[in-house]
Amino acid sequence: MLAVLEQRDGALRKVSHEVVTGARRLADALGGSVDALLLAAGGVKGADQLGRFGADKVITLTNAAFGMYAPEGYARVIAERAATGGYRAVVFAASATGKDLAPRVAARLGCALAQDVTDVGVEAGAVVVTRPVYAGKALLTLKLAGTPALVSLRPNVFTPVERPRAGVVESAAVDGSAGRVVVQRIRAADAGALDVAEAPIVVSGGRGLKEPANFKVLEELAAAFAGRAAVGASRAVVDAGWRPHADQVGQTGKTVSPTLYVAVGISGAIQHLAGMRTSKVIVAINKDKDAPIFKVADYGIVGDLFEVVPKLTEEIKKLHG
Amino acid sequence: MKIAVCIKRVPDSETRVKIAADGKSLDEAGVKFILNPYDEFAVEEALQRKEQAGSGEVVVIALGPAAAQETIRTALAMGADRGTLLQADRIPADGLAAATALAAELKGGGYDLILFGKMAIDDYNHQVGPMVAELLDLPCVTTVAHLEIEGGKGVAEREIEGGLEVVEFPLPAVLTTDKGLNEPRYPALKGIMAAKKKPLDVKPAALGAGRMEVVAMKPPPDRKEGKIVGEGGAAVAELVRLLREEAKVL
Repeated sequence: MLAVLEQRDGALRKVSHEVVTGARRLADALGGSVDALLLAAGGVKGADQLGRFGADKVITLTNAAFGMYAPEGYARVIAERAATGGYRAVVFAASATGKDLAPRVAARLGCALAQDVTDVGVEAGAVVVTRPVYAGKALLTLKLAGTPALVSLRPNVFTPVERPRAGVVESAAVDGSAGRVVVQRIRAADAGALDVAEAPIVVSGGRGLKEPANFKVLEELAAAFAGRAAVGASRAVVDAGWRPHADQVGQTGKTVSPTLYVAVGISGAIQHLAGMRTSKVIVAINKDKDAPIFKVADYGIVGDLFEVVPKLTEEIKKLHG
Repeated sequence: MKIAVCIKRVPDSETRVKIAADGKSLDEAGVKFILNPYDEFAVEEALQRKEQAGSGEVVVIALGPAAAQETIRTALAMGADRGTLLQADRIPADGLAAATALAAELKGGGYDLILFGKMAIDDYNHQVGPMVAELLDLPCVTTVAHLEIEGGKGVAEREIEGGLEVVEFPLPAVLTTDKGLNEPRYPALKGIMAAKKKPLDVKPAALGAGRMEVVAMKPPPDRKEGKIVGEGGAAVAELVRLLREEAKVL
């Protein structure tokens, strides 16, 4: 297996451990090994720890143009590696980068790609994946013909598992340019802001918040989780311009699978439920006891969110000292 | 500016999914179909670019069943000039098969821009646009939320985790569009009438052999019955206790 990992500013991204875990699962089923691949401008912090999660080898390919994502340069190098390395599967993260990169590599190799999968396995020697369609209103099981099979893994689903292997670290310089498409820079969001698709905890708000300024109560709740929570939003409030599209959870936004999803003042339109129903635990806070959100919630509180949420924030703060 | 926009007919996002008798596909009975919402941004962007340039052509291309002609008419009603349907009874699960058919149609078309929605809201494949770019050896930027084009060069912004990537690319190029890029117009009555007379070619899609087999489509597992912890702020302490001791997520 070839596990394509991600780095930013020379540090391994969290999804990388998930990718190694997914690749390890396939390697165990097929009786093979895992090569973890990093593209970077130099050494990557954390690369020497990947053996713990099941990487047999960790290969860093360096090029001065590879510090930031270089779509064409990355695709060329990965496709070459995948074509010559005899891999049965190439595993990506279904992150912003992975979802852009994997199709390019697939087209170069003439191989099938299943994006954003939530399960991988092997049946009769073929890679079989499960992926949500219609924003999670149905699950599709697909068999991928041909070698290598390409898959990208939905963030937060493949919980990293310790599976110690050698994790032998290798590094080599690679030639070539970044390509015609050049990432000039990254305009960072507010320091420490987590993306809703990757955050382990998501606190989402809907129309029940009444006005944009009131999202402050959700931001305070998210902050109480000490850097582990992101603030999400329903389509209604994004369409109304209260929150950026990047925060939207639902069929025309992001599908998320956090450990804890707190829906505040969200009634639970079908397209919203589709985007968050794979969350491990769902909490709903809504003043309407008949709101559809309570049908998918594990725990609900019926009440005025402006009374309930600040109390919850206080309780969470106490837990985090 | 000559711009191609690849669009898709998809079930409306409010659709309640019922699985067909074959256990592998959507039961389409009673389902309302729409132009994929992300493709609306692509159509709108093409129209605005053509309007700014003062001349050009916007061509919409769809891969899908005969009924996708209606979807093409929607884009023509928004203002696109002509359409082509690559007809296929079923859109393959293998995105590369769809990309191959679209690339064959686009090749040699002399387009300055080829636009796609960033993904379709039915299969969530998230791949056909960049695959077409690779097959045609064109530069590509995906999930574009902001775009500036000047001369033969463009600068796009795309959302990544925790920020925006600012990406420079030369034209001609393939772009996939994200929400936030523009506000798609609604077709006006005049546009709807005009669309009926605009050229719409139909030809069979040149789909290669698929590399992906659908084994099954299933409803997602039901979530186990939840509980109302209580009413108002008084229930918060109990909620936190349950999250810690029962759900073990805190």
